[in-house]
Amino acid sequence: MEIIFILIPIAIILLGFAVWAFFWSVNSGQYDDLDSPAHSILFDDDDHLIPDEAKQSKAHSPRD
Amino acid sequence: MNSKFEGQACFHCGLDVPKGTLFIADINGTAQPMCCPGCKAVAETIVSSGLEHYYKYRQGDSVAIPELSGTDLPTNVQDELQLYDNNTIQKAFVISLQDDLKEATLVIEGITCAACVWLLEHHLVKQSGVEQASVNLTNHRARIRWHDDTIQLSQIMAAIYHVGYKGHPYHPDKEEQLLELEKKRAFRRLGVAGLGMMQVMMMSIALYAGALQGIEDKFETFIRWTSLIIATPVLLYSARPFFIAAIRDIKSRYLSMDVPVSIAVGGAYLASAWATITQSGEVYFDSVTMFTFFLLIGRYLEMQARHRTGRAGNALLNLIPASAIRIREGNETLIPATELNIDDIILVKPGHTIPADGIIIEGYSSIDESALTGEYLPINKTIGDSVASGTINVESPVQLKVTDVGADTKLSAIVRLLERAQEEKPAVAKIADKVASYFVASVLLTAAIVSLFWWSIDPQNAFWITLSVLVVTCPCALSLATPTALTAATGTLRQHGLLITRGHVLESLATATHIIFDKTGTLTEGNLSLKSTQLCSDLDTQTVLGIAAALEAHSEHPIAKAFHKYQTQTAKALNVELGQGLEGTIEGVSYRIGKPEYSSALCQQQLTYKDAPDLDGQWLLLCGTQSPLAWFCLNDQIRKDTPRTLAILRRLGLNVQMLTGDNSGAVKEVANALNIKDVISNTSPQEKLAYIQKLQSQGAKVVMVGDGINDIPVLAGAQTSIAMGSATDLAKTNADAILISSDIGRLVDAILLSRKTQSIIRQNLSWALLYNLIALPLAAMGFIAPYMAAIGMSVSSLIVVGNALRLTKLVRRNPVK
Repeated sequence: MEIIFILIPIAIILLGFAVWAFFWSVNSGQYDDLDSPAHSILFDDDDHLIPDEAKQSKAHSPRD
Repeated sequence: MNSKFEGQACFHCGLDVPKGTLFIADINGTAQPMCCPGCKAVAETIVSSGLEHYYKYRQGDSVAIPELSGTDLPTNVQDELQLYDNNTIQKAFVISLQDDLKEATLVIEGITCAACVWLLEHHLVKQSGVEQASVNLTNHRARIRWHDDTIQLSQIMAAIYHVGYKGHPYHPDKEEQLLELEKKRAFRRLGVAGLGMMQVMMMSIALYAGALQGIEDKFETFIRWTSLIIATPVLLYSARPFFIAAIRDIKSRYLSMDVPVSIAVGGAYLASAWATITQSGEVYFDSVTMFTFFLLIGRYLEMQARHRTGRAGNALLNLIPASAIRIREGNETLIPATELNIDDIILVKPGHTIPADGIIIEGYSSIDESALTGEYLPINKTIGDSVASGTINVESPVQLKVTDVGADTKLSAIVRLLERAQEEKPAVAKIADKVASYFVASVLLTAAIVSLFWWSIDPQNAFWITLSVLVVTCPCALSLATPTALTAATGTLRQHGLLITRGHVLESLATATHIIFDKTGTLTEGNLSLKSTQLCSDLDTQTVLGIAAALEAHSEHPIAKAFHKYQTQTAKALNVELGQGLEGTIEGVSYRIGKPEYSSALCQQQLTYKDAPDLDGQWLLLCGTQSPLAWFCLNDQIRKDTPRTLAILRRLGLNVQMLTGDNSGAVKEVANALNIKDVISNTSPQEKLAYIQKLQSQGAKVVMVGDGINDIPVLAGAQTSIAMGSATDLAKTNADAILISSDIGRLVDAILLSRKTQSIIRQNLSWALLYNLIALPLAAMGFIAPYMAAIGMSVSSLIVVGNALRLTKLVRRNPVK
């Protein structure tokens, strides 16, 4: 179990990196807007990126 | 074909399509009804730039911009936007990045959901010269980067107008910058506490397991030391605000919740550190970090709610225009309003806000003083009359001699009245604070007695037993009881359109006895709108509306504004008869619109208001040279959901009253329609304040709902104040809560939820006290092992948090019988 004498210090160093990364992301404004990115991924404005044959045909949509 | 859209709502803004009008826009191949040319233009711009997905994703309706009445912007808006191209004015909010690359932050009005953000970003980036545009949904700010030699700022702002929004330059003052910093700092503290908590927890699991099944001493010591290393930054950095607040409270001889929190966190940390160094006793690093993290979450959410309104500072500034036109030796120069001095001569064009208090020295016009008095019909002013800053010049250009600037203006005087009212505001008794101070006192006393007692019989163990008393009674559950409940309830109400900005609102709403409404803009919509059109010739509705709108196009009078959105053509040879009406020619034919007596003179008839289709509301007559053409009825309409809301409020046992500065017949009409018995009309801001102070001195708990600047002192003086979402910024900043959705039925939800919150807080407090009452004697006698204390503390905290989460749903309203 002597391995923990190495593993735990490594964990603390990684923790230090995590704190640094977190500070960096807060200071560079990554947390300023937490609402819109969650929605914007749902806007499928990528019609032109979908190949024509893969598009769902509107005529066949079963509605009734 | 007209009947197809009869009674439908506008596809773009959701307002009712006025009877007898027809505007249609083609959206995705389907004809959709529009209420006005403005909405039609916006919808067509959106579709033609290929952004019609917007209509698929938006939640709720868009907000219509009243000034927009076609594909081109009105000239006064264009002029105003041109101002922003001026370098002196840009200095305040535009940053030059490279030679021609500039960046500015704008505040955008009219954003309601994520689809608005999507629409704005895509529309702006499509403008040539705009390099980057990102819109923040939380604070409605847009950061735009553009090439100055390809596109002007005014063109970008016009593009924003074209899709139905409105942009203002954002220049934060010192206070706002500080708030921003404070918010980031709090978030960093929270992150450090969270990361630290996770790591220390992991270590403690090893220690707990070791305590149960045995662990070698060297490992235990090593793990304790690492816990100490991780917990130290959590204590020194994350928990700092608690210590600072506790020291401040002790200095002012007041026992707040911060005192026991600091003693518990600090005491547990020091004892654990001591135990680690001397290799004795027990360590509590897991409790220290977890407790810090949970409390910081509560504080952070509370702070976020407080900041959301964009507090203070800018609010007053927003009313005063950023620029003024100064006349010196016949030369007009555009200068920032802050550079104005007393005795300067300034020119104020129609449609502009007056930048400083002054006396009119040339010209006459009508002034919209609604910002100060709440009265939405403008008042006529001529040479020698004084005008106040923050009011709007409506009709024609005037020259002013500045008499007061900055802090001496009338607007500032109202702000001072407001400050006084806030000082005199009756304090709301907070149960938690009262409980806390008794609790703190008794815990400290018990701990002192216990340590003295054990000191006299067993000095060796005295320190550890005293410490376990402090840790066991660690006011986790107690200090989480109130904040968690308040946070949950505040969040729920925010999702449903009521933003709470002061902590006491949920307590004072629950105990309210009176609810007092302002009339204009609160119970009613707050602006004149076209209610119906009565034809008296063979011209159809759209034609007569077009004629009326052409005549009224250049007037900023509230009556004229009701027509602005129908404008399709322009009139020439306009002639204004103050207080009577307008005359003008369209395609060579003369028309008059206005009071019946004035208009009918054009076609040699004598009609009066008695000839109007009915006697309710305000009727205008449009006449040609041959015969009268149409009657238009304008009205300030009562909000759709007002009657039902008032009925439920009464059933909840609240005394509903109306308090208004208005003294016209409309007061009685509204009171009758809504069945309000207690009506106080024709009051000044001072009298309003005095009235509710009188009520409060008789023991009433008053909730005031209002919107205008004239309501601000009374909003500040009432125990609870709620501002409408359309209220002036200054009113919003000083209200305890803001109704963002225009649905005043949300007040009912708020009152029901606040009552439930009170009962949940009581349950939580009782549970926390019960737990402490059981645990304290056991700890004092030395029966409690540290791991038992830790488990007990966590379970009691979890129960409190779980109970509070019941507030994430609204209380169901029972329908009115």
